Formats: sequence, structure tokens, C-alpha cells
Amino acid sequence: MEAVLRTRALSLWYGSAQALKGVSLDVPENRVTALIGPSGCGKSTFLKTLDRMTEVIPGVRVEGEILYRGRNIFDAAVDVTTLRRQVGMVFQKPNPFPMSIYDNVAYGPRTHGIRRHGELDAIVEKSLRQAAIWDEVKDRLKRSALSLSGGQQQRICIARALAVEPDVLLMDEATSALDPISTSKIEELIAQLRQRYTIVIVTHNMQQAVRVSDQCAFFLQGELVEAGDTQAVFSAPRDPRTENYITGRFG
Amino acid sequence: MEGLSKRRRVLDGVRRGALWLSAGLTCAVLALIIGCVLWQGLRHVTWELLSGRRSYLNDTNGILPNILNTLYIIILSLALALPLGVGAAVYLTEYARGGRWVAAIEFAAETLSGLPSILFGLVGMLFFVRLLGFGTGTLAGGLTLVVMILPVVMRTTQESLKAVPQSYREGALGLGAGQWRMVRTVVLPNAADGIVNGCILAVGRIVGESAALLFTAGAAAGLGGFFRALHAPSATLSVSLYVYVNEYGDMDTAMAIAAVLMVITLLINLAAGWTGRRLKKRKGGR
Repeated sequence: MEAVLRTRALSLWYGSAQALKGVSLDVPENRVTALIGPSGCGKSTFLKTLDRMTEVIPGVRVEGEILYRGRNIFDAAVDVTTLRRQVGMVFQKPNPFPMSIYDNVAYGPRTHGIRRHGELDAIVEKSLRQAAIWDEVKDRLKRSALSLSGGQQQRICIARALAVEPDVLLMDEATSALDPISTSKIEELIAQLRQRYTIVIVTHNMQQAVRVSDQCAFFLQGELVEAGDTQAVFSAPRDPRTENYITGRFG
Repeated sequence: MEGLSKRRRVLDGVRRGALWLSAGLTCAVLALIIGCVLWQGLRHVTWELLSGRRSYLNDTNGILPNILNTLYIIILSLALALPLGVGAAVYLTEYARGGRWVAAIEFAAETLSGLPSILFGLVGMLFFVRLLGFGTGTLAGGLTLVVMILPVVMRTTQESLKAVPQSYREGALGLGAGQWRMVRTVVLPNAADGIVNGCILAVGRIVGESAALLFTAGAAAGLGGFFRALHAPSATLSVSLYVYVNEYGDMDTAMAIAAVLMVITLLINLAAGWTGRRLKKRKGGR
């Protein structure tokens, strides 16, 4: 199976604090990869580095390589805005813009030069459908996205990310701020989306990792301890630290 | 236990009384000033005063030139200070990376906005009036005020930019928006009410300014239109208030001007509140 994203000896420092220590991981196509580990283990940092979102933080230094479809994303020739269109991100806290639902979803396409109303309408509808929220909002597309519930807002954010037709979707604890019902909706959504997208999620919830992911990577103190098939990692972890974590002995 | 709670009740009453007293006194002082100015001033505000000019030859008295000069200076100063101040603020908060450099500029702006305005007047006179040879007029006066209100506009804009949630920026960047598109479509619209507020504050300072304008815009006033006023002595309302008291000894007109100034300030504040509310509403999504 082809790896869409592939990191090689990826290290990252916030100032003098090292957050990632030589992480090498392959993210296979059309699979859900879950990054797990205790708080501060570097999994979110790793995720954000995949579309170079760590760059906006002052004092960040990166070493190593991230290959996206064979090309190093830190190459001077790589346009970061193009990269971020191909590798989309959904954040921990739902962060719709304070605009209408329609304008939120249309933001990405407009950013990339799509102006025609018919085309935008079609993209907005398609994205909202894919994010399983079309039926709930189709009659109030002009209403503020902030008027929706947290779970709906997060699905709007997913629709917004899908609207630029990404190849990879990164989700940073996308359900941690949501109630159980909204969480299951999004988990179901992830299961549907994996047919068309390559998905990487960060989660604190081990059951969630088991439920939604095909591959799983365990991080500890900036190191990638173990990665592999989710069932295998959870049923027969190779590293004792992984076992301690997933059996709830720490973290 | 009972003793304690009784003591607490008494103390609470005393505290509440003290708070009430300070609030009451503040209101009373305000009411006194407003009442005094309006009472003494409004009686002398006539249409002749508002629409005429002071002339010994024709034996007329009027403040129309001063009203217009105030307007010209507001337009001139804002037209320059707004883009400059907002631009500087956007650069400092959204683009600049060097923390120390940014901190130094912010400190300088802070210091500048605390300086007594007569200092700006002095420097403005030396620089704009004499060195650049603009002469006293709305140009030199307006430019002096630009220097004076620039820090105000910049700092208030910066504060409102910083109040825009980081998650909006991340959201925009994460969708592949470039820095400028993010600033234009997400950051600035959400900071707009703060920026407008900064402008209103700036206009308030312009309207109320006299010391910085006395040497730069001049103390006389004629009716020659916007372009003539650029290089001709052009007293604003506040300056003319000073002139009426100090040189003409005409307290009635001075009080009338004070009343007009007060009404203008009131209108500005109302406009600020109204624009702020409107922008907030629009923010919610069309």
C-alpha cells in the first residue's frame, strides 16, 4: 500500500525544548491513522507539522523530512498554501469563522479562486453532505455558523476542510470538546470519509482509536514508541510502555 | 457566629454606602459640568453664530469658520493616521517576528500617547510650520495631530487585533489562505469594531485639542474653503474657545462654543456606539 505521507527522522524544537525526537512514520492511503499517547507526548505537534502549521509559532525549528507523495514538504519550492489545501486540518475546538454557514464552507474555494455562484453552491452542498450536516442546515445557510451547537460547528469545520478537496485530512482531537452523541456522529463520519480521504487523527480516547482507526501510532515524550495495525497494537503491543499506556497504567 | 455575621452585614452596608457615594459624586460632578455648559452655552447658540464669521467691519460674530476648520482637520488627520496606524498595527501583530523590536515600537507608541499635547504643538511648529514651510494652517495642524493620534489608532487597533481568536487564524491558514488573505478576510473584519472605536477616540482627541493646534493651525479663522485653509491660519473650535476667552473676553460666545463642542462629542459617542453595534451584528453572518 502506498504511503501518502511519510516522515523521516522528524525532530522538532520549541525554542530549546525538543517536542519530537526522530519520528519516522508512514501514513497509508485511504486508511485512518490514530496518534495516541499521554498529554504533551508530541502527537498534536506531529500532526500540525504534517501541514506545516507549527511554522506560525515563533521559535520552532524542524529537522528531518516529511514526504507528501514523495516530495519533501519543507522544500523551498513547495508552496505552503498548496500543501495546506491538499492536507486539510480540523482543530480540537470547533473554530468556524463568525460568518454564515455558507461563507464558512465557501471560504476555502474562494481562497483558491473559485468565484462563480453556481460552482460555489455545488461545492457547499456537496461538502455539507459529505460532512453529514446538510439536512440540518440546508434551510439556514445564511445564518451564522456560531448559532449552531458545538457538534454541528465541528461538522461545519469538517465540511469547510472538505470543500477544498483535500487529499489528507488531519483531525486534532476533533471530538474532545463534544458530547457523546456528537462524538459518535463524527466517528461515523470518519468511517465514511476514509473511503475517499487519508485521515490522521489525534485522540485521547483509546476506545475511539480502536473504533475508528486502521493504524495506530503510540507517542511518548516526543518519541514514536510503536506503530502498526490498530488491532495488533491493542491486542499484542510489542513495547511494554505501550502496554502500560493502553491498559491504563499511566497517561 | 451570629456576631460575625452581624459585623459582616454592617461592613457590607458601609462598603455599599461608600460605593454608592463615589458613584453618586462622580455623576454629580458630570451633571454639574454638563448642566453648567449647556445652561450657559445653549442660550447663546444662534443660527447667526453657527452660520456666520467674526468680523469687525461688518460687526458680526460667528463660528462657522471654526466648525469647518475642525472638520477639515479631522478629515486630514484621519485620512493619514487611519491607514498608517492600522497598517502599522497589522504589521506589528500579524507579520513582525522580532519580539524585541516590536516591544520597542509599542513602548515608544505608549510613551508618545502619554506626552502633553503642547509638546506636539511645539515640535509641529518647528518642523511642519517652519522647517517644511507649510505655514500655520490646517496642513501643519493636521499633520501635527497625525503624529499625536497615530499611537492611539495604532495601539487600539493592535489591541483589537490581538483579541481576534488565534483559532480563526489557524482555521484560515489551515485552508490554504495566505497571510494577507487571512488578515483581510478573517482578522480585520473581526477587529473592525475595535478599529472604529480607536478612530472615534482619535476624533475625540482632535475635536478637543487646542494646545497642539495653537502654534500649528493658528488662532485666526477665515472662510476660504478647504484648500485655502491648508496654509492659512485656521482656528478650530477648541482653539477659538481659548481665543474668545483670552483675547476677546467674550464669555458668552465661549460658552456657546463649549456647548457646541459638547454636543459634537455626544454625537461622536452615539455614532461610535451605533457603528460598533452594527459591525457586531454584521459579524454574526449575513
